[in-house]
Amino acid sequence: MPAIQYGPIGVIVVFSAAFAVATLIIAYLIRPADPYSEKLLTYECGIVPFGEAWSKFFVRYYIIALIFVIFDVEAIFMYPWAVVYKQLSGPTALGLYPAVEMAVFLAILLVGLAYAWGKGDLKWIAET
Amino acid sequence: MSLLSQISNWLRLTAEGLCQRWGIPLLFVDLLAWMVAVAVIIGLVLLIVLIFVYLERKVSGYIQTRLGPMRVGPIGIFQTAMDALKLLIKEDIVPRGADKILHTLGPILFFVAAMLGYVVIPWDDKAIIAKYVDLNIGILYVTAVGSVGIIGIIMGGWGSNNKWSLLGAIRSAAQMISYEVPMLLAIICVVMQAESMSLGRIVTGQQGAYLSGWYCWRPWLWLPLILFFIAATAEVNRVPFDIPEAESELVAGYHTEYSGMKFALFFLAEYANVFVVGLIGATLFFGGWLSPLGHPDPLHIPGFFWLMAKAFAIVIFLMWIRWTLPRLRVDQLMALAWKLLLPAGFLAIFIVAVVLLYI
Repeated sequence: MPAIQYGPIGVIVVFSAAFAVATLIIAYLIRPADPYSEKLLTYECGIVPFGEAWSKFFVRYYIIALIFVIFDVEAIFMYPWAVVYKQLSGPTALGLYPAVEMAVFLAILLVGLAYAWGKGDLKWIAET
Repeated sequence: MSLLSQISNWLRLTAEGLCQRWGIPLLFVDLLAWMVAVAVIIGLVLLIVLIFVYLERKVSGYIQTRLGPMRVGPIGIFQTAMDALKLLIKEDIVPRGADKILHTLGPILFFVAAMLGYVVIPWDDKAIIAKYVDLNIGILYVTAVGSVGIIGIIMGGWGSNNKWSLLGAIRSAAQMISYEVPMLLAIICVVMQAESMSLGRIVTGQQGAYLSGWYCWRPWLWLPLILFFIAATAEVNRVPFDIPEAESELVAGYHTEYSGMKFALFFLAEYANVFVVGLIGATLFFGGWLSPLGHPDPLHIPGFFWLMAKAFAIVIFLMWIRWTLPRLRVDQLMALAWKLLLPAGFLAIFIVAVVLLYI
């Protein structure tokens, strides 16, 4: 019964969302509401906020996200390999073959990491 | 525990009998059992989160030679319950320029994501929910739903229309994705050792005389153990990795503009995440529900108790770290993840691969 195993996950999604929404509704019913203009300002160290918060931000976040995607996908590739590794390697099975295969794969990825590192993309404050 | 499982078996058989008599599909019984089990899990997690918040304040108090909360109830044990009540009746302020939908959805999504991981935890060898959801991809599932929470943080930070919130949210996202990679690499080492991603099988793979089978005793898994705990501390945004909500630089990070119950949901979910780290750490390295007194337990102490004891020990360790170490700077944080932990993760996999070849 492979698919039915995932049933409780659906139940917990529904239940925890219901709990969160229910507490928000209960709070909505019993809490005071007294908004006025100054209270609704966003907090900016006590001064009147200037400009929008929805503006440009540091491009370095995108680079981190890009490198992350590469390594995350790579990790997903490694999980099935990790499950069968012990079973497939050793003298009775394929010997060094699984280890060498993964080493080649990782070496290609690590060249990418080394490139990003060398280019200074892993430095938070870039040299100008 | 055996009495409980007898009662649940009896209930289940009765329900199945009734279903057959009335012609309702048997799936209905499963659904009912899941609903009860999930309700119990959510209740348990909320209770434990309240205990953790209290413990955190007490531990921090004693570390700083204070007493911590003392006023509400004997030695202040009702403090967090009162805090929850206070947050429930507190005014909810949505700033004028904010995106109202995202501002509300953010905490809900973060809370749901924090709860999702609990469903696959092997609480005990006889626990009802564990029978259904010992997923064969268990640990991968936990890490996957662990990163769903980032979307809730981004929604909250972006929806607040506050510069501190936005900065906190994107820093948080950058930190959580950066530290996810070393954590995944550390978990891969355990998966290689256990030859399975199922949390139940990872636990049963650690059986041995007393506590000798636990993975924390194998020297080639020490590096993954350290990596896992560093990365997991960063994943749950705790000191020394609490850059996203560093109060001295970012006010309160992504929940600057939150008050009342929405803030409470963020707060609950953060502690729920810490508890997941405790449970997963205990399961991966410290034998999960296995008793240190031998298997089966000679004193008939249920495995649930041992799992809780181990998870609490890990969480108190994290609290100790929180109140001992200073915060890292944001550039140091990224450098640590990408330049030290990531190569160390690959080294750990290499070591485990070599060791598994020759034992």
